[in-house]
Amino acid sequence: MAENKKPLLKAEDVSEVFGGLKAVADFNFYINRGELIGLIGPNGAGKTTIFNLITGVYVPTTGEILLDGESIVGQKPYEITQRGIARTFQNIRLFSELSVLDNVKIAYHCHVKYNLLETVLRMGRYFGEEDEITQESLKLLKIFKLDEHAHEVAKNLPYGAQRRLEIARALAAKPKLLLLDEPAAGMNPQETHELMEMIRWIRKQFDLTVLLIEHDMSLVMGICERIYVLEYGMIIAEGTPAEIQNNPEVIRAYLGTETVN
Amino acid sequence: MNSIRKRDLAMLIFGLILYGAIQGMISEKIIGSFWQLNIILICVNVIMAVSLNLINGYTGQFSLGHAGFMAVGAYVGVVATVNFQLPLIAALILGALCAGALGFLIGLPTLRLRGDYLAIATLGLGEIIRIVIMNIEYVGGAAGFKGIPHLTNFTWVFFTMLFTLFFIKNFVNSSHGRACIAIRENEIAAEAMGVNTTKYKVMAFTIGAAFAGIAGGLFAHQFYLISPNSFTFLSSFNYLIMVVLGGMGSITGSIAGAFVVTFISAALASFPEARMIIYALALILLMFYRPQGLFGYMEVTNFAPIKKLLDKISGNKGV
Ligand SMILES: Nc1ncnc2c1ncn2[C@@H]1O[C@H](COP(=O)(O)OP(=O)(O)O)[C@@H](O)[C@H]1O
Ligand SMILES: [Mg+2]
Repeated sequence: MAENKKPLLKAEDVSEVFGGLKAVADFNFYINRGELIGLIGPNGAGKTTIFNLITGVYVPTTGEILLDGESIVGQKPYEITQRGIARTFQNIRLFSELSVLDNVKIAYHCHVKYNLLETVLRMGRYFGEEDEITQESLKLLKIFKLDEHAHEVAKNLPYGAQRRLEIARALAAKPKLLLLDEPAAGMNPQETHELMEMIRWIRKQFDLTVLLIEHDMSLVMGICERIYVLEYGMIIAEGTPAEIQNNPEVIRAYLGTETVN
Repeated sequence: MNSIRKRDLAMLIFGLILYGAIQGMISEKIIGSFWQLNIILICVNVIMAVSLNLINGYTGQFSLGHAGFMAVGAYVGVVATVNFQLPLIAALILGALCAGALGFLIGLPTLRLRGDYLAIATLGLGEIIRIVIMNIEYVGGAAGFKGIPHLTNFTWVFFTMLFTLFFIKNFVNSSHGRACIAIRENEIAAEAMGVNTTKYKVMAFTIGAAFAGIAGGLFAHQFYLISPNSFTFLSSFNYLIMVVLGGMGSITGSIAGAFVVTFISAALASFPEARMIIYALALILLMFYRPQGLFGYMEVTNFAPIKKLLDKISGNKGV
C-alpha cells in the first residue's frame, strides 16, 4: 500500500511560454491513483495547455512532469499514450469519415501484438485479436449508448454523441489516467447529467484516475473530489468542491471575467 | 472469424475464373497481341495504382514520385536477368527490395513535410531518380537498356497483381492499416491514440515503393528496351489519376481507375490529341459530380447484393 501513496501524476514548477505569453506559470499539482480531479478557470487560463503538456503535444519550457515517479518530459504523444495517459479534445477530433466502431478500434492500436507477417498472411494471432478488438469496442460503445450507431459515420452523430465517442475511444487505449477536456461542452442539462453518471461508472469499472476540465459547475462540483482553479496560467486555489465554492479568490476570478454558469 | 477466410477464398476463386477466361481467350487467339499487351499493362497499372493508393489514399500522404520507384524496380530487374542471368522471380524480388529500401531512405526525411511540400519533394525525387539512371552508362544511360528478354506474360502479371491486392487488402484491414487511415483522418488524434505516425507513414511509403518496384520489373520484361523516359513525372501523374478517378482509399477504385485509364489510352491510341482532351474532360466532370472518385471509400464487397452473395457463400450471419 505504501506505493499507492506516491502520486500517479505530478507536475513540478511547470511553465510554458509562447513567444512572450506565459500560458502556464510555475504549475505544481499532483493526482493520486484513483482520484477524480477537476481543473477549472476562465477561458484562456491555460487549462488545455496543461493537457497538451501532460500528453507531450508541447514540451514544457521549464519544469518536470512525472508519471508513476518517472519523467515523461520530451516523450512523444504516442509514447505517453502507450504509458497509460489518454485524452479527449476540447475541439472534437474524431476520425470523422470513419465509422463509429472504427474510431474505437483504432485506439486499441498500442495493445495489438500480431505483427506485419501475421497481418498480411492472416494467420497466427490476427483473427483472435481482431475478434477481441471488435467485441471490446462494441462493449465500450454500449456503455456510452452508441452501440446502435456503430456502423454510422462519426461526423453524422449529434454533437453530444460525438463527445461521448471521444471518451469511448480514449478508454479503448486502456489508460491509467484519463484526461477529459470540457466533455460536457455543448450538451444539454439532461445529457450532462447522464455524462456525469457515465464518468462515475467507468471510473469504478476501469479503475481509472480522471482529470477533468469543465465549465459546467454542476458537473464539476457534483463529481470531483478535489479541484484546482487556474487563472492566467497560475493556480489560485485548490481544495474540495465546498472549499472552492466559498473561496473569495475564485469568486473574484469568475465574477471578474465571466459569469458563473 | 472463419467467414473472413471463406470470403478471401471466394475472391480467390473469382480471380482464378477470371484468369482462366482471359488466358483461354489468349490461347484461342480471340484476344490479339494488341489487347494482350494492354491487358498486361492494366495488371501492371493496377499494382501501381493500388500501391500508390496505400500512400496517397489510405495514409493521406501526397506522393507524386511513384514512377521513380517503378524505374528502380525495372532497372534492377533487367540488370538481374540480363547481366546476372537470374530468373524473373529473383529479379522482381530484388527490384522490390531496392525500391523499398530507397522508399524507406527517402520517406524518412520527406514524410516530415506535409501536403503540398511533400508533393513537391516527392515529385523532385522521382525526377532525380530518373536523371541519375540517365547518367549511369552501365544501364545504357539516356539511350535506354536494350536486349531485355521477354519474360513477362499474362500469367505472371495476373498472379503478381492478385498477390499485391491480397497483401494491401490484408494490410489495410488490420491494426496497422487502421493506424495509417487514422493518420489520414486526423494526425493529432492518431498520435493521441498511441499511433507512431512517423513509423506508419514511412511503412506505407516503403511498402508502396516496393510494390512499384515489382510493377517496374514486370513492365520492363514485357519490352525489348526500356529507357528513363518511360518513368517521367507524367507517368507518376498518370498513376495519380488512376487513384483519384477510382477513389482515394478504395482498392476496388484503384482497380477500376487503372482499368479505365489504360483502356481509354489503348482505345484512343491512334488519336493522341483526343486522348488528352478526353482525360481532361473526364477529370473535370469527376471533380464536379463525384469529387471522392468513382468508389470513394467503398469497396465492391460493401455493395448490398455482392455483400449478400459473399455472406451467403461464407455462411456469415451478418453483423
Ligand atoms: N500553440 C500556441 N501558441 C501560442 N499561444 C497559445 C498556444 N496554445 C495556447 N496559447 C495561448 O495560451 C493561453 C491559454 O490557452 P488554453 O490553454 O487553450 O486556455 P484554456 O483551455 O484554459 O481556455 C491562451 O492565451 C492561448 O491563446
Ligand atoms: Mg481549453
